[in-house]
Amino acid sequence: MRDINVSELTNAVKKLVMDANYYIPKDIRDSLEKAYKDETSQSAKSILQMILKNHDISREKKMPLCQDTGVAVFFIDIGQDVHFVGGDFEDAINEGVRQGYIEGYLRKSLVNDPVIHRVNTKDNTPAIIYPRIVPGEKVKIVAAPKGGGAENMSEVKMMKAADGIEGVMDFVVERVKKSGGNPCPPVIVGVGIGGDFEMSALLAKKALFRNIGERNSDPEYAEIEKELLKRINALGIGPMGLGGKTTALEVFIEYMPCHIASMPVAVNLNCHATRHKEIIL
Amino acid sequence: MAEYRLETPLKDEDIEKLKIGDTVYLSGVIYTARDAAHKRLVDLIKDGKELPFDIKGAVIYYVGPAPAKPGYPIGSAGPTTSYRMDPYAPVLLDNGLKGMIGKGPRSKEVIDAMVRNKAVYFAATGGAAALIALSVVSAEVIAYEDLGTEAVRKLVVKDFPCIVANDMYGNDMYKEGVEQFIKRGKI
Repeated sequence: MRDINVSELTNAVKKLVMDANYYIPKDIRDSLEKAYKDETSQSAKSILQMILKNHDISREKKMPLCQDTGVAVFFIDIGQDVHFVGGDFEDAINEGVRQGYIEGYLRKSLVNDPVIHRVNTKDNTPAIIYPRIVPGEKVKIVAAPKGGGAENMSEVKMMKAADGIEGVMDFVVERVKKSGGNPCPPVIVGVGIGGDFEMSALLAKKALFRNIGERNSDPEYAEIEKELLKRINALGIGPMGLGGKTTALEVFIEYMPCHIASMPVAVNLNCHATRHKEIIL
Repeated sequence: MAEYRLETPLKDEDIEKLKIGDTVYLSGVIYTARDAAHKRLVDLIKDGKELPFDIKGAVIYYVGPAPAKPGYPIGSAGPTTSYRMDPYAPVLLDNGLKGMIGKGPRSKEVIDAMVRNKAVYFAATGGAAALIALSVVSAEVIAYEDLGTEAVRKLVVKDFPCIVANDMYGNDMYKEGVEQFIKRGKI
């Protein structure tokens, strides 16, 4: 058994949310540089150039890459031999979000109730936390702040087995097509297939944070990822939707077993500033 | 595709020369407003009350900026998605608004209102928020402070970079950009 004081969680979360918002992951940077070289249209090239320059300014001045510093989402793997001491687990995470968003000059983008009052909570809490119990005595925290523009273009569909892989692919491509320039393309497309209604959505979100170029370990799903990326980039939506070769940087599929009657499929889109940062305590 | 440096407020002769795909560097005063502020502005017009700024020739930027760090007028300030403002934009255009800056395509109603009123929609680069913030010279909340990041701000900008996405002739870069790409692929 290992005791971890929850203040360690607070400090880790505070640093993660700031770093995730200031520093673009290297794999995404590399992929955007390649897109810049590949594009031929003037508007696509000039947009990608601005995006790359923006990375440099963010890093140098510690200004958030995007003003939408997102809802603070965390995937936390907790070793089963860990014992949290010194306070409440969720409170500690939220305190880290509060401190990080205030001290890091990040935007507070949450409203207290979704429909009636919509009053800003002023500290970007509450966070969305997905804890999972795993073997061991470590804690892995992945911070994945998510902007509203891309999240709004996401969808879950309860499909039929008879729709088959063609049906799944059509649904994914159509979702990206309908989204056009709204989710800030070039996007990352996360696809979750199977599980149940809410699990498919969670798989789709988790899929977003694989590294560029890392294929699904199942060769058949890996092929579908490649085929989807090809079909999506043939849409011509391009950077910010103004036309071009690069509509998506990647398509990642995660799947799991599901009920004999079901085939849930979820698509979660993420913008070209796909932010994620992890730490192991 | 041409490149222009324009000063706000925008005049008809500025807008007449703009075509989709043109690069524009805007300077002068622009106003910020998102969903919540748009609702209040349109309610004021419906009630026959005065708006918090002169809308004749004005440019509205759809943005909710990040907080300013010490020594900066504003934090990161990229565009938000424009379709959420579509239900309100035609009323503002009919009252003299000449330009909008945001990201993503507009509805037919908004495009028709732009044609009717000689107005233009500029696309700014979503996610290039720190870069855009550097073109902001000063920022001041002039209405709806209670909305926080969504308050109406008066920004003075210098060479704010954007692309003409809808011109006053009814052209739509979101449609034509994609069509051109597909046409090129087929040749």
